[in-house]
Amino acid sequence: MQQASAPAVLDPEVRQARAADGAPAAALSGAWDIRALESRARSLKSQLRRLSADPGMHWDLSRIQRLDHIGALLIWQAWGKRRPARLALAQGHEGFFSNLDSAAAAVPAAPFDPLRLVRALGAGLLLTAEHLRGIVQLLGQILIDSFVLLRHPLRGPWREISASVFRVGTQALGITALVGFLIGVVLSYLSAEQLKAFGANIFIINLLGMGIIRELGPVIAAVLVAGRSGSAITAQLGVMRVTEELDALTVMGIPHTVRLILPKIVALAIAMPLLILWTSGIALIGGAIAANAQLGISVQSFFSGLPDAVPTVNLWLAMGKGVVFGGLIALVACHFGLRVQPNTESLGIGTTNSVVTSITAVIIADAIFAVIFSDVGISLS
Amino acid sequence: MTPVIEVAGLWTQFGDHVVHKDLNLTVMPGEVVSLVGGSGSGKTTLMRQILGLEQPARGTVKVFGIPLQGSNAQLLHKIRKRWGVLFQQGALYSALSVFDNIALPLRELRAFDEDFIGDMVMLKLDMVDIERQHAAKMPADLSGGMIKRIALARALVLEPELVFLDEPTAGLDPDRSESFVKLIQSLHQKLNLTVVMVTHDLDTLVSLSDKIAVLAEQKLIVYGSLKEAIAVKHPFILNFFLGERGLRALSAVGALGKLG
Repeated sequence: MQQASAPAVLDPEVRQARAADGAPAAALSGAWDIRALESRARSLKSQLRRLSADPGMHWDLSRIQRLDHIGALLIWQAWGKRRPARLALAQGHEGFFSNLDSAAAAVPAAPFDPLRLVRALGAGLLLTAEHLRGIVQLLGQILIDSFVLLRHPLRGPWREISASVFRVGTQALGITALVGFLIGVVLSYLSAEQLKAFGANIFIINLLGMGIIRELGPVIAAVLVAGRSGSAITAQLGVMRVTEELDALTVMGIPHTVRLILPKIVALAIAMPLLILWTSGIALIGGAIAANAQLGISVQSFFSGLPDAVPTVNLWLAMGKGVVFGGLIALVACHFGLRVQPNTESLGIGTTNSVVTSITAVIIADAIFAVIFSDVGISLS
Repeated sequence: MTPVIEVAGLWTQFGDHVVHKDLNLTVMPGEVVSLVGGSGSGKTTLMRQILGLEQPARGTVKVFGIPLQGSNAQLLHKIRKRWGVLFQQGALYSALSVFDNIALPLRELRAFDEDFIGDMVMLKLDMVDIERQHAAKMPADLSGGMIKRIALARALVLEPELVFLDEPTAGLDPDRSESFVKLIQSLHQKLNLTVVMVTHDLDTLVSLSDKIAVLAEQKLIVYGSLKEAIAVKHPFILNFFLGERGLRALSAVGALGKLG
């Protein structure tokens, strides 16, 4: 954008000369703006530093063609952050130096804190307690809302529940089937090798039946749903917080626990047991196919042996786990979604925390189930 | 002189909806140009196209004489270091503190040491009238007006030759708007900035602009001084400048007297 009529703009240059009275002088010329300085800031600065060591130096800046704040600051820093006694400036360049003297005071650095680790630990514990309290509070609010709904069933968010069931359940059928099938195949192959060594081929039915229906099916489906729907719920609520939609609901007198959170918890509590049945079923089909290939047990005899190997109560147990896992995932996801601060970074952190926490919560809940129901449905026929 | 911005034969289309039809705009160095127009007239779209954030359906956009379409990445990068943009909501990086937001463009250059960057950031904060104690804060902890001023500091930190302002005074109180306008005026004089802004605020428009570009009916219906703009009898102009609000604002800043 150089003007065609103006003289060519020269590179920034520092020259040592003598002033009229014979004193040492430094003459700066050329363009001292960001475009010219970008590539040679460091060398020019050290050159200026050397010259400014002489306090009697006469500084002649009048032949600088172009100057901006970057150039002015560079020169001023080389002076040791104060104006030299003898200085000649070009017309119109005074303004660049006039406000520099106040720039010296930088932000004070944070003081060293020897108790930093202790403080961090305490803050972490308090945060965990706060999260727990928040989740319990949310659960309490949801229970109160449900009682109100039971008395006025027509006002319930049925449409939202049905939409949520479709989103978290129906649309998850594909991925859960794929993962379930592959897990069934892999598990069957691995077990078949071991069982063959002992000639206990027929026990593949017990092993797969118990393992998948009681443990693997529920946990795999829950982990998938936590990753898929849990993160989506947190992100959705988080974005609604960022865009002030949640506040808009509140000021309209529409409680967001009823409209947004209750439907999600109910939907996941409905969809999760069904998804678990589906995942377990597909995993068993995968296992049966692999068992047929590896051990020669026909698919038909695999499934006809299944009722004897796995007592029906295990199915109910799996469904019960499904209700609890679904509710937990939705509750944790909603809790983290509501805690998102109105900025983008908090949204990312909230979503990550939500998924990690809900998967952990699912596994803890599964362990509790295992302890409580340790003598239910496990028979050796 | 090479124009800073040269838009020629620009068409913008969203499906069947034509926003700009054969639009031309030339901005010369040192000019302050305001884009005005009704909602949906494509002011922001035009600005985004000049910034290279959106592609026009047809036509060319040249900035500093370099065409945005078909130039290589290196050339585009050079252009981008020479302009500064103030977005409507500020667009501060929420993961970075105020200090780091302003320091980021300087650090990206890898030409200056931290001591220099620190002083430069403080200078820019002084320039936009933000106290230094706010430097360590995160953008989420700031008010809208502060965010805007800090975003301006960030836009100016690389000493741009061309500055884009999207609704620079929207969301600022009148006092702050006034100092914002003064700030831009003084920068314009000092650094010979070229400014392109989108604004609805008549006060800002009248006190800053050399030229006004009125977007309506898919093209620029007027491109000239305020006086020339007001002289055109077009329903949008009649409403915008000579409606009740317009007259009140114009008389308040004494622009009507100037126009005779």
